[in-house]
Amino acid sequence: MLIIIDYGMGNLGSLANMLKKIRIPAKISSDLGDIESAEKLILPGVGSFDHGMQKLQELNLTDILNKLVIGEKIPILGICLGMQMFTKTSEEGTQPGLGWVDANTVKFKADKGSSLKIPHMGWDTIDIKKSHFMLQDTDYNAMYYFVHSFHVVCNRSEDVLSTSHYGYDFVSSLAKDNVIGVQFHPEKSHKYGMKLLENFCNHKS
Amino acid sequence: MLQEDFHLIRTRVIPCLLLKGQGLVKTVNFTNPKYIGDPINAVKIFNDKEVHELVFLDITASTEKRSPRLDYITDIASECFMPLGYGGGIRTAKQAEDIFNRGVEKVVINSCAVENPSFIHELADQFGSQSIVVSIDVKKNFLGNYQTYTHSGTTKTRWDPVTWALEAEMLGAGEIFLNSIDRDGTMKGYDIPLIKSVSASVSIPVVACGGAGTVEDFSRAVKDGGASAVAAGSMFVFYGKHRAVLINFPGDEELKSAGLK
Repeated sequence: MLIIIDYGMGNLGSLANMLKKIRIPAKISSDLGDIESAEKLILPGVGSFDHGMQKLQELNLTDILNKLVIGEKIPILGICLGMQMFTKTSEEGTQPGLGWVDANTVKFKADKGSSLKIPHMGWDTIDIKKSHFMLQDTDYNAMYYFVHSFHVVCNRSEDVLSTSHYGYDFVSSLAKDNVIGVQFHPEKSHKYGMKLLENFCNHKS
Repeated sequence: MLQEDFHLIRTRVIPCLLLKGQGLVKTVNFTNPKYIGDPINAVKIFNDKEVHELVFLDITASTEKRSPRLDYITDIASECFMPLGYGGGIRTAKQAEDIFNRGVEKVVINSCAVENPSFIHELADQFGSQSIVVSIDVKKNFLGNYQTYTHSGTTKTRWDPVTWALEAEMLGAGEIFLNSIDRDGTMKGYDIPLIKSVSASVSIPVVACGGAGTVEDFSRAVKDGGASAVAAGSMFVFYGKHRAVLINFPGDEELKSAGLK
């Protein structure tokens, strides 16, 4: 069963709504037993980095997630803050991240006098950097919904699945083995997002 | 600058739908709500049309001192596969959390934010600025000065919209939803000077609302007003000069022909 990890950090409802629409059984849970027996995991997230990391600690999820993701190679998809928490650090806070990907999370740099507004909020295309099942059969002009003030910088270019452009190119999706992250919100990206969630959920590893 | 503008993302075009009781309504100058139809049905149509985002505002919650209708929000969100904002009657972080958990990305606050500005900070701190929209309803007084109103335009505040927008930004608002009461429902075009004054002052996105009648109006709000996104009500629910009710949304080609990316 696919488990959507409920650690009190938002937008679980929209994810569950879309999975229901594409008929993928999933359960929203913070129960350690549920999470330990999951076939796949999704770590969603809206909110601040430190708050998210603290919540994982409070619910005793950090150790279990490390065991499942690093030890047992259970596929996990991080969305937005979820993906940022896979990195080692974030400029948004002082807590260490999960560190599953050799990457860091930094604040968007808008030059003074720039017309770029932060957060980066809206629909954008992605520039696919690597062939991967996550992005299989997606439209070349597919648009995805972004809303974020921070973005991920990968230290290893081979981990980058796609980049998008806002002032400059930034990582819009990444994958390292069973750890997959998307900066945008597939659950709010119409049929394009549905396709991505299907790709994640239906892939047999 | 040109290079940068070229790379700016697609302008979000946002239907702003007003809830009153169980139904969808549309107002003119924030008065005379006309019944439009069933909100869930409207969401389904907007979904099919792949709209960029939707905003629902319960226009009687604050005036009736009522809490947000969670069961109703659940029904709306379950059919909504695009970003969704909800406003009306939100006064506590717990209410905001309940709304987020039902699949809403953004909460829109207005009356409570003016009464208790630290509420903006409280919400931003807990849920992140990007999910907190401060909506500012503006009316011009007889001297031609802009003034901020709350409670669906019934209560005048001491704030001018620029100062209030700056205050909201400082407290952690992620976005300003700027609504012109004078233009609401008129379809005569946005109040460009108003949009310009606010968007030039804050560094967070400003959504222009009130007065859109054509896709060219969107283009003016962005190019002349500096809006990051455009919202409209009447244009998406009425059709033709007799204002027949018809849910509609311009296609990509139409938006592009008006100069929007």
